Amino acid sequence: MKKLILTAIAVMAPLCAQTIVIQNATVMTVAKGTFKGSVVVKDGKIAEVGEKVMVPQGATVIDATNQYLIPGIIDCHSHIAGDGGINEGSVSVSSMVNIKDIINPEDIAVYRALAGGVTTANILHGSANAIGGQTIVLKMRWGKDAQSMIFEGAAPGIKFALGENPKRAGNPQGGRGATTTAARYPATRMGVEDTIRDAFNEAKIYKAEWDDYKSKVAAGQHPIPPRKDLKLEALKEVLEGTRYVHAHCYRADEILMLLRVADDYGFKIRTLQHVLEGYKVAKEIAAHGAGASTFSDWWSYKVEAFDAIPYNAAIMAKKGVVVSLNSDDAELMRHLNSEAGKAMKYGGMTETEALAMVTLNPAKQLGIDNRVGSIEVGKDADLVIYDKFPLSDYAKVQKVLIDGHKYFDRDEEVSGRPAKAAEKQKLLEKEKQAAPRQGAPAGRGGRG
Amino acid sequence: MKIIGLLLACVWMVAAAGETILIRDADVYPVSGKEMKGVSILIQDGKIAEIAAKIVPPKGARVVEAKGMRVYPGMIDSGTELGLSEIPAVRESVDTGELGEFMPQLKALVAVNPDSEHFGVVRVNGITSAMTFPSSGGGGGRFGGGERQLISGQAALIHTEGWTWEDMEIKRSAAMSVAFPSLARGGRGGAVPDSVVEILGQTGLGGSAATALRNYEEAIAKLSDFFENSRRYQKAKAAHLADFRTDLKFEAMLPVLDGKVPVAVTAARASTIHDAVQWAKKQNIKLVILQPREIGKAAADLKAENVPVIFGRVLALPETEDSAYDEAFTLPAEAYKAGIKFAFGTFTNEFVRNIPYQAATAVAFGLPYEEALKAVTINPAQIWGTGDQVGSVEKGKVADLMITDGDPLEIQTQVKHLYIKGKEVSLENRQTRLYQRYLNRN
Repeated sequence: MKKLILTAIAVMAPLCAQTIVIQNATVMTVAKGTFKGSVVVKDGKIAEVGEKVMVPQGATVIDATNQYLIPGIIDCHSHIAGDGGINEGSVSVSSMVNIKDIINPEDIAVYRALAGGVTTANILHGSANAIGGQTIVLKMRWGKDAQSMIFEGAAPGIKFALGENPKRAGNPQGGRGATTTAARYPATRMGVEDTIRDAFNEAKIYKAEWDDYKSKVAAGQHPIPPRKDLKLEALKEVLEGTRYVHAHCYRADEILMLLRVADDYGFKIRTLQHVLEGYKVAKEIAAHGAGASTFSDWWSYKVEAFDAIPYNAAIMAKKGVVVSLNSDDAELMRHLNSEAGKAMKYGGMTETEALAMVTLNPAKQLGIDNRVGSIEVGKDADLVIYDKFPLSDYAKVQKVLIDGHKYFDRDEEVSGRPAKAAEKQKLLEKEKQAAPRQGAPAGRGGRG
Repeated sequence: MKIIGLLLACVWMVAAAGETILIRDADVYPVSGKEMKGVSILIQDGKIAEIAAKIVPPKGARVVEAKGMRVYPGMIDSGTELGLSEIPAVRESVDTGELGEFMPQLKALVAVNPDSEHFGVVRVNGITSAMTFPSSGGGGGRFGGGERQLISGQAALIHTEGWTWEDMEIKRSAAMSVAFPSLARGGRGGAVPDSVVEILGQTGLGGSAATALRNYEEAIAKLSDFFENSRRYQKAKAAHLADFRTDLKFEAMLPVLDGKVPVAVTAARASTIHDAVQWAKKQNIKLVILQPREIGKAAADLKAENVPVIFGRVLALPETEDSAYDEAFTLPAEAYKAGIKFAFGTFTNEFVRNIPYQAATAVAFGLPYEEALKAVTINPAQIWGTGDQVGSVEKGKVADLMITDGDPLEIQTQVKHLYIKGKEVSLENRQTRLYQRYLNRN
């Protein structure tokens, strides 16, 4: 039943790769200002950007008069397209598990994200444990299989989590000594620090064993290789700088703690996620070189979110931190454009600075800014057309291109609804003939 | 610096008490009528005393020059737990969701904490009043005793500023919060749409359908019994019987039975809305529907019985996997086209300040702008029985006003001045203080 309906509404074959010219748009390039003009897309890449461009022969022309063109939105914190649970919280360190293994390309949230202008998302493990699972960057290539959604060449990541969430399993319901659930270490922020430190202590020893082995091999010897440890392998990659740390955090003390642990073990925190009190330690974050990916205005839902302020993004940006705004939520993900608008309202970011927080800045944080995040010649043609000024809730996404293919078109979506409804009706009639089955509700995003 | 700030604060507070204020040369958007460019508004004794092209400032009046700025009525959020819930995750800070099945005597108003940090935060975006519910189906209700409440108490319409809850009161019993039973199964508010139920039939949804139906009918019977008993109490009281004894629960029901206080029912599905409307009609009581997720076939019921609805968050995911992606965005426009009166609510304190942007989303997806503005001002004022007091800029009304630098539904717009009951209210709050403190950290 679920499958049938899904198939009925899901399949929207993207156009074949071709030359596309988007004309007469207000082009917000993010990297090189905003102007009225055109963008030429060839072979999935941005081939030309300018006030006046030649329309190549045979090109498809999209007239975007009175409309706005922005780079595809990048969500640096999402849990969509995960099949089933995303929290391997049974252990305090679950660096052996990988989100890559549970990608569900048919999650309707992917299509909905597209309809909200999102073209790339950082799909993270949950925040139940201090060191969580491995993460993956996806392009919202709706209709493709799981493998084809993976952002080619994007560095893999790993989720860390500090504060209330990883402590929770250490404080089972009913309090300490309750017999229903066994407590899982850690139960305090002190224990979270120790858990991470302990894991990297092990990883450092493990890395030394492998380094020693490799140097012996290089010297022509034939030593016995160390035993491969899948948990430590991922942390070894962190030490080597080939795997990015995305760390869920809220309070200033725990943010500083993690930066210092990383300093001690000689690795970098790539992004601090949520980082709601980042504004209190912006100087230290900037000095470490970590990016910050935060909510625009969420607050008060738990104690560690009570000092959250909507000016967080602006303060961190003013103090030299690369800041992005994320969703962590399948709904919020659909209007990151207006979330960026809030950075203008609270803290006075400029249009470009604010838009960068959902495009170029997350691209930088994920190390994919050579490919996406701005409208520049040579970059992937991941583009979104809005009917109105995009940093507002008055704006609607009209069209979304990824790699130069059209993946969302509002006109087609709306005009196609009667046909889809008829098809659904037919499927339901068919279902009625078959044995009755249970209807299933749709999954939903949670929050950090 | 600190001392100067303190002095300024003192001056401001003295000036604010019982002030006469003249807002001069503003563009006034009264909501109840056409916009007036370059007019003045006189505020006296907490009320709008005059609106005219030219007003000579009375002696002692403070003049606010507002050339190029706009004046709107303060906005109203029709679904919150403001003052009752501080941090949803912390039980001690949540006062929604009491024990007991029938609790109409409970009053949200008496548990409103005027110093809740939420009030300062929501004022920044021009929200001057809010409905606060004893249990809105949102935040803290889960901290109750576990048993499902059928009547959770009286929701209050309050100002978002005041020294005490008495100060903040607009209407202490603006609605009776009733959990009308629903046949819905799975998901929030029922994930299986009526169209699917219709096609598959009850049996098509699984073996528990018969049990669900029985439970549903039992719950409605229980609710109806309580109303019936309340009516008997009403008659006994009117008859001045010798053995009549006051009962707090039934006493609280009298305004509901008299049609003075509407019953507020959360109903997501069209079938639940239909059932609730028919039930209310039978009970001869006033009804307001909260957080509908579909209108569809319920439109006729709502229109015929003149039942208003309070939309929950417009920025919400579709109810089912195969619903249109913009299902929740287009719902207000659908209600408008069907001629149903409606207002907006956010149903969680955290997002109250975003109610204008929820309204803007509805505009993007087909709702006329004027209607969106009404749905956060005059419509809720009327729905909650206070249309003669708040919700528009009119002579004689309570001076709940905001001065903005633009369209209040637009994110970029800043509220420059806010007036509640004719008093200018500071736009400082916990968040602006933290901002200033850490912006200046070295």
